[in-house]
Amino acid sequence: MTLLELLEGPLWIASASIFVVFAAFRLIVILFTGRREAEARPVGSPFLGALRTILGHFLPWRRLLGNGKAWFVTIAGYSFHIGLFVLLLFAAPHVEFIREKIVNLPWDPIPRWGFILSAQFAFAGLITLWVRRFVDPVVRLISRPDDHVAAGLTFIVMLTGCMALGEQSAFLRGLHLGLVELWLIYFPFSSLMHTFTWPFSRGFTGAMAGRRGTRA
Amino acid sequence: MTSDTTEKHRSFDKQRDLPDEVRVENAMAGFVAEFGPKAQSWMNACVRCGLCAEACHFYLATGEEKYTPIHKIKPFEDAYALTHGPFSWLHGLLGRKPKLTIEELEEWEELIYDSCNMCGRCTLACPMGIDIASLVKDARRGMYAAGLLPDRLARIVRNAEKQHSPFGSPEDFRKTIKEIEREYGIPLPLDKPKADVLMTLTPEALENRHFGVASMARVLHHLGLDWTFCSDAFEATNFGYLSGNMELQGALTVRLIDKAREIGASMLIVPECGHAWGATRWEAAKWYGAPVDDIRIRHIVEVLADAVEDGKLECRPVGESATFHDPCQQIRRGGLEEKPRILMRALGMELREMDPHGLDAFCCGGGGGVLANERAGPLRLKAFELKKRAVEETGADHFVTSCNICEMTLGRDIEATGFDKQIESLIDLIGANMITDQPPLKAPGRGAKPKGAGKRAAGAKKAGKGRSATRRKPAAKK
Repeated sequence: MTLLELLEGPLWIASASIFVVFAAFRLIVILFTGRREAEARPVGSPFLGALRTILGHFLPWRRLLGNGKAWFVTIAGYSFHIGLFVLLLFAAPHVEFIREKIVNLPWDPIPRWGFILSAQFAFAGLITLWVRRFVDPVVRLISRPDDHVAAGLTFIVMLTGCMALGEQSAFLRGLHLGLVELWLIYFPFSSLMHTFTWPFSRGFTGAMAGRRGTRA
Repeated sequence: MTSDTTEKHRSFDKQRDLPDEVRVENAMAGFVAEFGPKAQSWMNACVRCGLCAEACHFYLATGEEKYTPIHKIKPFEDAYALTHGPFSWLHGLLGRKPKLTIEELEEWEELIYDSCNMCGRCTLACPMGIDIASLVKDARRGMYAAGLLPDRLARIVRNAEKQHSPFGSPEDFRKTIKEIEREYGIPLPLDKPKADVLMTLTPEALENRHFGVASMARVLHHLGLDWTFCSDAFEATNFGYLSGNMELQGALTVRLIDKAREIGASMLIVPECGHAWGATRWEAAKWYGAPVDDIRIRHIVEVLADAVEDGKLECRPVGESATFHDPCQQIRRGGLEEKPRILMRALGMELREMDPHGLDAFCCGGGGGVLANERAGPLRLKAFELKKRAVEETGADHFVTSCNICEMTLGRDIEATGFDKQIESLIDLIGANMITDQPPLKAPGRGAKPKGAGKRAAGAKKAGKGRSATRRKPAAKK
């Protein structure tokens, strides 16, 4: 068995399994363990409050509409996330890989120019947000090693993905896949889990506010 | 039993004689003691964007990054992952030990107690919607268990435990109520065996705001409520809530609700206080394991606003402009945003809103126990500059609020900065201007200084009859 076959076979299965099992485990622990306190009689709807906060926090808080930092984080954040998701789900090699290994995606891959554009957005967002971790005193203070590892790992996964786009090199494909597998293994234990925890965080806060007849 | 061991040069206080390792252990156990899905979701969602700093008045006033809200719980956050997080078992297998140290806890005492009002403004700015105020409250529970809180707050907590209230004992309360009755010539129902409404007060009202107590009583008489004070359940403020002493928080809340049940009351009224509203209305259920459905827990502002809307309460128009300081625990975290505005309209005041106001308003700076913490005074004054600027920009004649803590804080800050405004109580304004056939409040006797009556606004008449309201001088520093 070649290294590439190992990466595409057993190691892919192992890393994907670790990702699924431990991400699910972390979510289960978050949502189903610990104390559940009785809540006060509501004056508003906790459900609507949760919905409002889940949706409302997609945009900066109204008091920060004139705040450059808020817009920087918002624009860079959307640029990175949208770019990354387009690459992940619509790039031709990914569509092919997902169809082969996981599920038959019903959509066509994006053309090459779409890939390049998405990659540019994703890189621009990721790099500017990462650089901000070093230059903004507030963000520098609160950043943990995990934030840098997560950003760095995501960066090299994206970089090797771009390098492997032409699919002319088995080494580059193997390097990208190996890093993706490392990223998948790291994911459930890191701040990358915000991918799944954000609706719960917003939702619980919104439900609390909704119950109290206020907004969050 | 606590013993204060403060050294003047230290930026932290310690209580109780405990080995450092026990303090650290207690701190972590206290922090996670009430963790459930809510807190765990918040602890697992932060992406370190730093936008919470842009909402915090302590950061905005100083520009010091250490006041970034999420940074205030950093030691606990780091240790949580290793000791209580979803993968703590894995960290254990790998031999990774908790990072929480006594030095960190001592260093963070200032951030957890001095520079957070638990006002919740940062939650609005957080893209992940993390309720950092709740996590700071969890951190305070840990700090309390570790015996690491500001000495003055610790003393107040001790008083609340020993004497019933920081104000004093039930006997002190009875004497003060009789004194207010004599001062203002108004009957104050006390210890009625049965009543529909249990009315509660704050220590500040009992110490310095006798006029406010009399005004409020006059309004309750006007509304025809069958109400009473109870000398063994009069204290609404909850220093357990503010300090992190959860046992005390529960005991104080349960005392009020059990008393209301004992006298057959269907309503418990929380006075002009912010955190008392949170502790009683929104957190009482957890001490009973079920919502308190048999007693309606209502805020005095809510009761009066509803009376205005029902046509049971009318006021003579004051006819001047006013701006309203929104107490964060009543408004942003309490759901009463519209109620004080109904009362302002009833007073015929031209409401000039501050920028920001309502849910977005800046906290007074003294809430969350910060006012009780003398060490935090200079920092609080810096934050006050934001509020002062906002008030000045309105150009309003009156500066009004509906929380005793906000009133005390702003009063002291006004005095310290020489700001040309006085803070007024919304309830006092209602009491002074309501249209009623209730007898007017007696003017205090010659030589007697009316507590809380303060300086009268121009054109004000005899107490209880004036068109304009009382303007309080800042209370003497305790």
